[in-house]
Amino acid sequence: MTTIAPEETAREAVFDATVAADERIEPRDWMPDAYRSTLVRQIAQHAHSEIIGMQPEANWITRAPSLRRKAILMAKVQDEAGHGLYLYSAAETLGTSRDELLDKLHSGRQKYSSIFNYPTLTWADVGAIGWLVDGAAITNQVPLCRCSYGPYARAMVRVCKEESFHQRQGYELLLTLSRGTDAQHAMAQDAVNRWWWPSLMMFGPPDDESAHSAQSMAWKIKRHSNDELRQRFVDICVPQAEALGLTLPDPDLTWNDERGHWEFGAIDWAEFREVLKGNGPCNEQRISRRRQAHEEGAWVREAAAAHAAKHGKASR
Amino acid sequence: MNITATPALPLGDDALILSHRLGEWAGHAPVLEEEVALANIALDLLGQARILLSLAGDEDELAYLREERQFRNLQLVEQPNGDFAHTIARQLYFSTYQELLFNHLAATDSELAPLAGKAVKEVAYHRDHAHQWTLRLGDGTDESRTRMQRAVDALWRYTGELFEPVEGLETVPWAALHDSWAARITSTLEQATLTVPEGPRHGAWTAGAGRQGLHTEPFGRMLAEMQHLHRSHPGATW
Ligand SMILES: [Fe+2]
Ligand SMILES: [Fe+2]
Repeated sequence: MTTIAPEETAREAVFDATVAADERIEPRDWMPDAYRSTLVRQIAQHAHSEIIGMQPEANWITRAPSLRRKAILMAKVQDEAGHGLYLYSAAETLGTSRDELLDKLHSGRQKYSSIFNYPTLTWADVGAIGWLVDGAAITNQVPLCRCSYGPYARAMVRVCKEESFHQRQGYELLLTLSRGTDAQHAMAQDAVNRWWWPSLMMFGPPDDESAHSAQSMAWKIKRHSNDELRQRFVDICVPQAEALGLTLPDPDLTWNDERGHWEFGAIDWAEFREVLKGNGPCNEQRISRRRQAHEEGAWVREAAAAHAAKHGKASR
Repeated sequence: MNITATPALPLGDDALILSHRLGEWAGHAPVLEEEVALANIALDLLGQARILLSLAGDEDELAYLREERQFRNLQLVEQPNGDFAHTIARQLYFSTYQELLFNHLAATDSELAPLAGKAVKEVAYHRDHAHQWTLRLGDGTDESRTRMQRAVDALWRYTGELFEPVEGLETVPWAALHDSWAARITSTLEQATLTVPEGPRHGAWTAGAGRQGLHTEPFGRMLAEMQHLHRSHPGATW
């Protein structure tokens, strides 16, 4: 349709007023197509990140060095699956099914957070992910609790609560290692060295290169710029690293009294773009593992559907 | 290592080892809801294991520093995950057994009564989860039916051991538990349009062997993976 009906203009005015008043858009409300597709893209990418993010940590479940840590890690990985479920449901309220989105993930048409393309090489990586990756996710996601789209905002409230547990547990794991034997301390420092820069990249490209930011800010899907959030995260982490007895691998970290912020060194955006393009250490492994799980599970899903059809029940 | 002689040890080993196997599913489950469900069961079992092993000694020493021959778990729970049907069959056999045993223990004055009483609810959920999936897979598609039948057949030989008397649990009516177990399993399998296996359930390696510390080949590899990090840092705190 190319002609704009008068009622369309009226609806748009209602939408704009709702957003301007900081009220929520709900699934039944009219919304611009571009708003809908931006949200679907963002929520899908977020959901995919939750389920792909299970892999690097699940890598250590069977080797967790104490039963207490094993229980914490299993529960964490389970939480991430739960986050995936809430987010796919939030996307469904916009008229896009989980199957459709998984299809796009498996065929590479939709992305997930690049951070999960880095490997978890030692047990300390589990702690570094909790502290830094969940920490960066919280910094990114707390403002999303006020996102203009109701179902996404509400999903984020639940998710953020759990992410902050993960962040504290990761921090506590690293603290135990840092105060442990020399070998444990070295393991913790090595993990922080490897995860620090990729965590800073989680906030996305610098503001002057960020493609979707301005429109998302106007729609109140996004509330702060990438660089603002990145700065906030660095300011939180520097004193925490000190309390951990670990150093951050950036010789340029200095306190700027005038700005009231920590200055940090240049981020290697060439690496970021390479990983985004698919050339990170684990891109291939993560996506093929995901596809494999999906393909190997096909007969199970078919059986559930066939059984439900025979017995008149919903398959999920 | 100090190990107290208590039936909490073999029962704790069952929970520990099955929890570990279920943990191997993380990131591999056929559908997202099952990532959550399998992790739930694994976490419940790990919780049970920690309480039970603590009655026998230090939970981490027991889990990480014993040799294969010192583990007292059933051979059933150490069996590799196989496909989803094998995992479900293993869970159906085990959870049905555990529910019956815990229901019995909860009503006794055994030191295990408090744990058993608390765990019966979660174990009933585990059994129901396995029961529902047995129905879906057995009475689903031709492929799922074939796979489910193969799984219940393959694991059948490990079920005789479930009812071998456990040291310290002499008052448990094992024969009666077995009859109830067989009745329940038969009912689930029949409802799922599957055939109740008829293969042998007793023999040199299938009668109480796990409880005596005799395990199957995959178990050693499983322990190697589970214990490696802990053993690489003697005396460290995690
Ligand atoms: Fe998450
Ligand atoms: Fe998390």
